[in-house]
Amino acid sequence: MYRQVEGSAAVAETVALCRPEVVCAYPISPQTHIVEGLSDLVRAGRLAPCEYVTVESEFAALSVCIGASATGARAYTATASQGLLYMAEALYNASGLGLPIVMTVANRAIGSPINIWNDHSDAMSQRDCGWIQLYAETNQEAADLHVQAFRIAEELSLPVMVCMDGFILTHAYERIDVPSAAPVDAFLPPFEPRQVLDPDEPVTIGSMVGPEAFAEVKYLAHAKQMQALDLIPRVAEEFEAAFGRPSGGLVRGYRIEDAETVVVALGSVLGTIEDTIDELREEGVSIGALAIKSFRPFPLEEVRAALARARRVLVLEKALAVGVGGIVSANVRMALSGIQLHGYTAIAGLGGRPITKKSLRGLFGDAVADRLEPLSFLDMDWQTVEAELRRMGAGGRSGPHAENILREAGIVAARSH
Amino acid sequence: MAQRDDSRSGAPYPPVTGKRRTASATQRVKLYQVGTHVAGNRLLEPEERTVQARMDRSNSLTSGHRACQGCGEALGARYALDAAMRATGGKLIAANATGCLEVFSTPFPESSWQLPWIHSLFGNAPAVASGVAAALRAKGREDVRVVGQGGDGGTVDIGFGCLSGMFERGDDVLYVCYDNEAYMNTGVQRSGATPPAARTANTKPIGEHPGNAFGQGKDVPRIAMAHGIPYVATATVAELHDLEAKVERAMELRGPRYLHVFVPCPLGWGADSADTVKLARTVKESGLFPVFEAEAGEVTAVSKIRRQVPVEEYLRPQRRYAHLFGDPGHPEIVERLQAMADANIERYGLL
Repeated sequence: MYRQVEGSAAVAETVALCRPEVVCAYPISPQTHIVEGLSDLVRAGRLAPCEYVTVESEFAALSVCIGASATGARAYTATASQGLLYMAEALYNASGLGLPIVMTVANRAIGSPINIWNDHSDAMSQRDCGWIQLYAETNQEAADLHVQAFRIAEELSLPVMVCMDGFILTHAYERIDVPSAAPVDAFLPPFEPRQVLDPDEPVTIGSMVGPEAFAEVKYLAHAKQMQALDLIPRVAEEFEAAFGRPSGGLVRGYRIEDAETVVVALGSVLGTIEDTIDELREEGVSIGALAIKSFRPFPLEEVRAALARARRVLVLEKALAVGVGGIVSANVRMALSGIQLHGYTAIAGLGGRPITKKSLRGLFGDAVADRLEPLSFLDMDWQTVEAELRRMGAGGRSGPHAENILREAGIVAARSH
Repeated sequence: MAQRDDSRSGAPYPPVTGKRRTASATQRVKLYQVGTHVAGNRLLEPEERTVQARMDRSNSLTSGHRACQGCGEALGARYALDAAMRATGGKLIAANATGCLEVFSTPFPESSWQLPWIHSLFGNAPAVASGVAAALRAKGREDVRVVGQGGDGGTVDIGFGCLSGMFERGDDVLYVCYDNEAYMNTGVQRSGATPPAARTANTKPIGEHPGNAFGQGKDVPRIAMAHGIPYVATATVAELHDLEAKVERAMELRGPRYLHVFVPCPLGWGADSADTVKLARTVKESGLFPVFEAEAGEVTAVSKIRRQVPVEEYLRPQRRYAHLFGDPGHPEIVERLQAMADANIERYGLL
C-alpha cells in the first residue's frame, strides 16, 4: 500500500517484515530514525519474538549481531560514518565467520573535520571487508533491498550492507509502497543456519588458521562474492515477479544504449543525473547513465558490457581516495581493461555539498566536449583552496587546514602566523 | 563465612530454581593440596569431590591442547567450564576473547572445545556473549546458558567497554576473566591488571623506577560490583573447590555475573611450571589477591587467610620480581607491596 513516509520509517517497517530476531544498534546520525522505529515495534510487542539490544558502541552492536547470528538468529543493525569505522574489525570478522547479518549504512562523511552530512566515504572505506554492498537510489529501493538483502545473505552465508544516502534518503518523505507481511514471508523463508552454536551438536567457531589454509579461506570468500554476482540479479528478478516493481540487481542503464557519453554513479544522485540527461538529450546530446547497484561484488562484466559502446565515461563519485583520486573509477577502469575511451572522474557531494542539476549540466557539458581534467572536483571553492595553498607555499608549516580556513574567514579568533 | 542473605541474592534477577548450594560448602572442605597429588580429592565423600573427580565430567577443554606446561589459565578454564557444564546439565555456550586460551585451544584444524564455542575478536567477547544470550531469549531457549571468557588484557583493557555494557544491560552472561596479569600471548606486555613493580616486556627494571609503576591499574572485580550486578567473585587456581563452588553459585543466578580467577603464567612470570598452584596459594595467603564473593554490589563472603605469608614468599620465586631481591635489591618496593597486601587484609578482613 502506498503511503507518504520517511525513508527511515519505510526501512524500519520493511526490516520488521523480515522478522529479525535480534536488532542491536548504537545511535549515530543519520541512522537513528531507522533503529528508533524498530525499537518502537519491539517495545509494542509487534515484532515478537525479537530482542532489541542497546549497546555502548558500534563495535559492540556488530559484536552482539555476530553472537546472535552464530546462535541462529536473524540479526540486523544499522550505522553510518564513524560508526562504520568503529565497527571495522568486527566487519571483517562477521564476513570471515560467514554470518548473514544485514546492516543499513546511512551513508555519511568521515571526519576530521567532523561532518554529519552525506557522502559515500564510510561505505567505500569498508569496500573490501568481505560484505556485499548494495546501493539504493530511492527510498522505495532502500526498503525493497532489505528484503532482498536477507535472502542473499542467508543463501550465501555472507553479511550484506544496504547503503542509502544519509539525510537525502533517510530523512526524506516520499510515497512508498511498504509491502505487507504475507508476500515478504513468501519471499523470505525463516533463517536456517548451516552452522549454529548448539549444545546438542557442539561446534568450534572462529579457530585460528595459519599459513597452511589462510589463503584458501580468503579465496573462498572471493568465490562466494562471485557467486553473489549470479544470485543478486536472480533475487532481484524474483522480487520483481513477487512485488511488481524493479529494484536491486547489479547495474541499471538509463538511456545508455546509444549514448556516446555515459555517467557512472551510485545511490540517490542518479535521480538528478537522469533529469539532467533528459534535458541534454532534448538538446541532442548523446548521453546516458549507468547506475552501479552492487559495488561488492563489483560486476566487472556487466559494467564492461554496458560501457563497451561508449566513447567516454564520466564516473561521478561521492568519495575521494586521498592521494590517488577516484575509488569507483578505479573499479570501472578495471572493468574497461583494454578498451580505449576517454575516462573522467568527478568527485562531488563530499560532506553533503548539494549536487545540483545546474552544476551537473556544466560538468557533463565539459565531459562531452572533452574539456575535463582526468580528475575534477564539482563546485570546489577554488578561492579558499588556493588561499590555503598559498599559505603552505609561503613556507610555514600548514597545520590543520580546516582551522586555517576558519581563521582566514575570521571565524576563529586566533593568532595569525 | 558470612551467611547468605537470600533477599540480596541478585534482585532484580530471580535466582534459578533448583538445588541451592549450602553456605558451608567452601569452608568445610579444608584441603591444602600440599605435598599431595590428589587432584580430584578422592578421599572426600563423593558429593564433595570436584567435578574433575567425576566420571561424568564434561572435559569441556579436553586434553591435547597446546598450553604451556603449568598454565594456570588452562587449569582455571577447565575447572570453571566443567563446573558450569555440570551446573547447566551441559546446556552451555562459550564466547571467547582472543588470547592464549583461544590460541592454544583451537589451532586449525583442531579444537579442544567439547562445548559450543565461538571466538570473534579480542575486545568483544562480552558483547558476543550478549548476542548469544539475546538470540537464546528470542528463540525461547533460556535453558541454554552463556559464558564469556578471556584473559586480563581482553577483559580489563580492550574488552572493558563491552564488559561494562554487558553488565549494565543486565544480560544473562557469566563472564570469567583469567587474570595472569599481562599480555602473555603477545610476549608479556603490561596490562591494566599488571601489578606494581612487575617486570614485563615494556616495564623492564630499567631506569629509576624498575618494573610496572605504582598507582596504576584497575580493580575490575570492584568495578563490576559498582555495576550492582547479581554476583561478583574472585578465585585462584589453588582452591579449585572454591572456584567450582563459585561457578555453581553464579549459575544459580540470572543476569550478569563476573568471576575473576587468578591464574599464574610460568612463562610470563619467570616461574617454575611446578609452582603454578603454589603461587596461586601464596598470593592469596599473603593478602595480595583477596578472594571474596559479592552479591548486588556488597561483599558477602571472604576466604580467610589460613596461614599468612609475607609477600616476599609469593614474589621471590618469580623472575618478574627478581630486581627486588638482587644486590642491592629494592626492599623499599617489597615494603610497598607488603603494604598493599596489608591494606587488602584490612579492607576485606582476611585474617
